[in-house]
Amino acid sequence: MSQSTTNLTAGPPAQKTGSNSLTAGLMPGWTWIVVAGAALVLGAAITVVLSDQFAVVGWVVLSGLLYIVGMYLITLVLETRRRATDMLWKNLVWTAFFIALVPLISVIWTVVANGLPTLISNPGILTDDMSNVVGADDQATAAGEAPLMGGILHGLIGTLTITLMAMVFSVPVGLLASIYLVEYGTDNWFSKAIRFFVDVMTGIPSIVAGLFAFSGMTLFVSTFISDSPAALQSVKMGLTASIALSVLMIPVVVRSTEEMLRVVPNELREASYALGVRKWRTITKVVLPTAMSGIASGVTLAIARVAGETAPILVTAGYAVSVNWNVFSGWVTALPVYIYRQLINPTAPAAPDPAAARAWAAALILILIVMGLNLLARVIAHYFAPQKSGR
Amino acid sequence: MNSTRTAPERPRGLTVKNGAAGDKVFSGLTLAAGVTILVVLAFVAIFLTIESLPALSPSLFSDQDSIDSADSFWDYVWPLMAGTVMASAIAILLATPVAIGIGLYISHYAPRRIATPVGYVIDLLAAIPSVVYGAWGMTFLAPLLVPIYQWLNTYLGWIPLFAEAEGASVTSTGRTLLTASIVLAVMVLPIATSLCREIFLQTPKLHQEAAQALGATRWEMIKMTVFPFARAGIVSAVMLALGRALGETMAVTMVLSPGVFSLSLITSGRNGTIPAEIALNFPEAFGMRQAELIAAGLMLFIITLLVNMTARWIVSRHKEFSGAN
Repeated sequence: MSQSTTNLTAGPPAQKTGSNSLTAGLMPGWTWIVVAGAALVLGAAITVVLSDQFAVVGWVVLSGLLYIVGMYLITLVLETRRRATDMLWKNLVWTAFFIALVPLISVIWTVVANGLPTLISNPGILTDDMSNVVGADDQATAAGEAPLMGGILHGLIGTLTITLMAMVFSVPVGLLASIYLVEYGTDNWFSKAIRFFVDVMTGIPSIVAGLFAFSGMTLFVSTFISDSPAALQSVKMGLTASIALSVLMIPVVVRSTEEMLRVVPNELREASYALGVRKWRTITKVVLPTAMSGIASGVTLAIARVAGETAPILVTAGYAVSVNWNVFSGWVTALPVYIYRQLINPTAPAAPDPAAARAWAAALILILIVMGLNLLARVIAHYFAPQKSGR
Repeated sequence: MNSTRTAPERPRGLTVKNGAAGDKVFSGLTLAAGVTILVVLAFVAIFLTIESLPALSPSLFSDQDSIDSADSFWDYVWPLMAGTVMASAIAILLATPVAIGIGLYISHYAPRRIATPVGYVIDLLAAIPSVVYGAWGMTFLAPLLVPIYQWLNTYLGWIPLFAEAEGASVTSTGRTLLTASIVLAVMVLPIATSLCREIFLQTPKLHQEAAQALGATRWEMIKMTVFPFARAGIVSAVMLALGRALGETMAVTMVLSPGVFSLSLITSGRNGTIPAEIALNFPEAFGMRQAELIAAGLMLFIITLLVNMTARWIVSRHKEFSGAN
């Protein structure tokens, strides 16, 4: 511990400053490079000895381990135990970062590498649906005798209509409910209950939301229309899926809008009241416009979240092969469901490759849509934020 | 604001009455929206219960003596519940240390120029749809893990988790519960990370500076100021991530090749989870089978509800003392 008393500041070791009292007892700044080099060489040697061949994954993992252990031991010898522990945890935190990067990069790379070639060679996939594609077509494609048939248009249209419909349900309810929470029922028991149950709703598994919409619609149809098998069959439609998505979307909208309304300064409301403006006019003309950029970005994020949902649509909307603009009747396919079905039940079970190619292209498009919506939300929040006065 | 008080010489157009109806209508609308949310949640519980009654008690609510898939509903659902909990628990075990690590990385270790974009990228990754993770796990990750599973079985096979299941051999496709858990871990990582990061960033600056002024190294500072402050927040972040993992459907549906419950994590055709069971069978189900699946969904709803409410309870209990909120 003798050194640590001379180094009260535990900051990074200074570079070469000769033998001044601040850097006494610290190891030189280039130590880590030496250790890293040694770890890489040793790691390569051990990999080759153990497995008779050079494996990149094993090499990287082994070298990382050797580096962490090596740095710990060297710091322990050259500096103090406390600094060695600090070094160990610093390296472990960096390792956590790299460990997390690997699968995430791998996911993106897999989608782009599998989806982009199909999209480039078959741009028609965006404007075609699956209504004329049968197993024989895919077998011909797999054998190299025909171009890739079919497309994802019906999936795009399905996602668009279902998501829009979900928006129609959940945005007004979410907005008004959060206005109630912030402006009317500030801290009464009812607003506390709403806040609690909105939190509960955030945790509803998406497939349970799907089951809810399905059971609700089944009960509605069998009670008010008819309980014949044909009527029960008609329960599966875009509208049912939209209800399921609304259940997932409302809590997100409420939470983000509530936060945005809360940060609107009270002075604005009071100024408006002082001019004799009514409360509802104050809310619609003063509070909402001030918070509008934040609300819009929150709603966009909520849309992005539900646009990628698969499970609730899978159990509520059936599976169609052609474009269906009508949310109120007939089966609909959304893009995520299309991906799932093409991968799990290929059009031609004997030749799944063309189906997989379409699925990966659809996955790429879906990621682009969802990420695009996320970026859009950031842009809205950033550029349409109310101007700050120069106070 | 008071409609009974009228000023003697109020100019036309500014009468107090003007817009009074608007006030009433608007506040009524907002109240109605609040009520709608509560009603919807109540309906979720009621509808699921009504539709699952035939499976919960076949003799009372249907014309059958028992459900289709097993002797009783509990016989049918317990292996699925066990599988769901097992998969999620492993995912959380894998994801928590990494999530705390990245949270610390962003809040305390990374240079500021890197920290902001990393946090931003993590948020974007939370937006990748689950079906994409499922496709990745199924086609890319599962085959990659086969040699590792065989290695685990050879050297650690004495642990029941890495033994072969009865009447089957170690997977040759990699589509096992452990693969599903790994995919789940990757999926909950962004949400757990961003929650942890938020909490770490809220640690009072003065505490941290005081620790460093006393000569603490960075790790000692984190151990003494950040972790005690963030403990409740970390627990609730983990619980929320667990809630996500429990209800996650597509990744498990696509990765796992399901079967009966087994402790073996590395055998294909074993284990299953409730969401995957529903997603696989619901589109073709009708009658009693449908009721069974909805009842299984009800069980899932209850489990996630308990987990999430525990998380919220922890947060509210520690609200005043920590950055959990």
